[in-house]
Amino acid sequence: MALTGLQIYKLLPQTNCKECGYPTCLAFAMKLAAKQAELSACPYVSEEAKAQLDAAAAPPIRLVTVQGPGHKVSVGNETVIFRHEKTFYNPPGLFVRVKDTTPITDIQKAVQEAMGYSVVYVGMILHLDGVAVEAASGNPDTFAAAVKAAREATDRPLILIASDPAVMKAGLAAADDTRPLLYAATAENWQEMAALAKGAGVPLAVRADSLDGLAELTEKVGGAGVQDIVLDPGVRDPAGTLVTLTHLRRLALKKNFRPLGFPVITFPGEGAADAIEEAQLAAEHIAKYAGFIVLDRFSPAMAYALLAWRVNIYTNPQEPIKVQPGIYEINNPKPDSPVMITTNFSITYFSVANEVDGSGLPGWLLVADAEGMSVLTAWAAGKFDAEKIAKTVKTTGIEERIAHRKLIIPGAVAVLMGEVEEELPGWQILVGPREAVDLPGYLKLWSVN
Amino acid sequence: MPVEIPVEKWPGRVLEATIGATAAEGGTRSRVVKVGGENTLPFMLTDGEMPNPPRIAMEVLDRYPEDWSPLLLEAWGDAARDPAQWAKAAEDAGADLVLLQLSLTRDGGKPTTAADARAITRAVLQATGLPIMVFGPGQVDADNELLVAVAEEAAGERIVLGICEEKNYRTIVAAALASGHLVNGRTAMDVNLAKQLNILIADMGMPLDRIIMDPTTAGLGYGIEYGYSVMERLRLAALQGDKMTQLPMLVTPGFEAWRQKESKVGEGVPASWGDWRERAILWETLTATNLLLAGANVLVLRHPETVRRVRAFIERMMAK
Repeated sequence: MALTGLQIYKLLPQTNCKECGYPTCLAFAMKLAAKQAELSACPYVSEEAKAQLDAAAAPPIRLVTVQGPGHKVSVGNETVIFRHEKTFYNPPGLFVRVKDTTPITDIQKAVQEAMGYSVVYVGMILHLDGVAVEAASGNPDTFAAAVKAAREATDRPLILIASDPAVMKAGLAAADDTRPLLYAATAENWQEMAALAKGAGVPLAVRADSLDGLAELTEKVGGAGVQDIVLDPGVRDPAGTLVTLTHLRRLALKKNFRPLGFPVITFPGEGAADAIEEAQLAAEHIAKYAGFIVLDRFSPAMAYALLAWRVNIYTNPQEPIKVQPGIYEINNPKPDSPVMITTNFSITYFSVANEVDGSGLPGWLLVADAEGMSVLTAWAAGKFDAEKIAKTVKTTGIEERIAHRKLIIPGAVAVLMGEVEEELPGWQILVGPREAVDLPGYLKLWSVN
Repeated sequence: MPVEIPVEKWPGRVLEATIGATAAEGGTRSRVVKVGGENTLPFMLTDGEMPNPPRIAMEVLDRYPEDWSPLLLEAWGDAARDPAQWAKAAEDAGADLVLLQLSLTRDGGKPTTAADARAITRAVLQATGLPIMVFGPGQVDADNELLVAVAEEAAGERIVLGICEEKNYRTIVAAALASGHLVNGRTAMDVNLAKQLNILIADMGMPLDRIIMDPTTAGLGYGIEYGYSVMERLRLAALQGDKMTQLPMLVTPGFEAWRQKESKVGEGVPASWGDWRERAILWETLTATNLLLAGANVLVLRHPETVRRVRAFIERMMAK
């Protein structure tokens, strides 16, 4: 919770010594509240006041960053429990696990395959975020070799999984100048793990099987100088994960409970018998509060589904993804090519544009400004009516570019046909298919006459 | 360090609706299906209780669905050519409920008549012991004609009649009232529209525990987040005590997932989409799984493999 200037003032020495550069302590407090001054400018502030002010300024869920040579992932900093309350900000990192007991060439292959994967979704290029290397061997050299192989095969960030600090140390050295997440400190090894994390300036995950134990550990590793912490509450089944991660989110946001105000790491594969079940658990974790998700399986279909779901959930509900209204030319349309109209909701636009594009047939696609709503939603809200359709036709200048006067409207708004004909004298209004997927078949039959 | 678990108790509770009637209750179903009744957010069993798990309905059409994905046609085989056989197959596949979807026309193009609708409904009721729902073709005149006949034919069976929409609900509600059925009401992804339709239906004298609401959803990747958030908001309103939102929610992830290219077709799609069958099952399974997390009480599904997946997930989520 951010403090007001007056609340900050009460924590200052109130001597008006002016050494901070401001005439009074109150003026300094106001600047601090506005984040235009640094507390370190005051030489006399007490340690206790400093701690309180620092704590008040910190976000309820700490932002934790991991970094590879080419990419970084930051998670945390969330402010709501339900996305409609504002939005979710930092999508969970999706990592793929490899084990050091696998032959090096297979590790390289698996890393290249998963990290080389990308898919285009509503005009965005989506990919997975990094690799988790696990020291299943328990041998420092074997682990170091596996980390090195992963490190060379991708420029994305790593998570290092080892329970023996000596093994972890070897892996950390092999991770070069990157900023991996170390997994994990436990009640048994936390001192050495914290020392490693602090020494390298990298984040550290802590694992305990109860929230009590988890809070105790974060206090300990925090006391040892590690600030960037990630939580593993030890649950693996989907029901327990939902309940526990919900409790963690509530504790951080509603109780401002600092010891558990960190992002959470999950391992859906450890609670699943096969790929589809793992995807179900990962989907739950995306919706309900994971910060890092370590997958045990990778396939293009699974990655595509999870990446699309992640975009969906982390889309700002106040700002639908829109495309620019106007004329879109597909496959070099000519004056006698068909003219279609749809709305500027990105998913609607890309569904339609992809189908027309894929059909190989030329077409003019008019995109109406429907405030980023899909056809039916926009129609129901009065944002995609006959008037709007007519206005789009007239203002885009499509009439100068075509030799006919035929307009295809979406089948979902067939009911608008008569009204659009009234609004657009001289035009013939045709009702297209309800679903974009049926457009290629429809366009094959289209003729200007 | 002792951590106080942040339990949230809610003043409101979702109404429990009973679908179907056994011989003892004047019907012929082998069992009834209760939906709703929770006083907690989905699967937050540390806050409150969910007396009934979310239920799975399978869609059965009254004529062969030629435009469905080949993967679905392959899964159902010849059963999809006969609604009675299909209903039996759906029961065998693990459905809790059968949703019979009536079409506007019969094979060959003749309009479906009230007599057709009666015969099909009767055949389905005889083929399965599951409680059923019957939805009209979605055109006002046809819906009214067919559903009135269906309501009479299924009198005593406590079926769910649908789909009530703001533009057409009176006849369907009256038919359901006359024969002791429930109704399903659909609105377009909007909290207030959903409430409003519930009020209109209730104003006709329909008890609230005989209304199921469908706030409309979308497929994974195709706007599901809108439906997801509307469902979360409706459920929060219900738990906070808003009576006109305290109805069980039905959504149709099967329909939404299978109309998308990701599920529907295997050719002419990017290589990055991966294996077709895996992707199609994932698309329907994840659409359904995600909607469970938003508070769905009834999921209408299409593929038997998805039913198995979603049922297993529900069982794990309900395990104590």
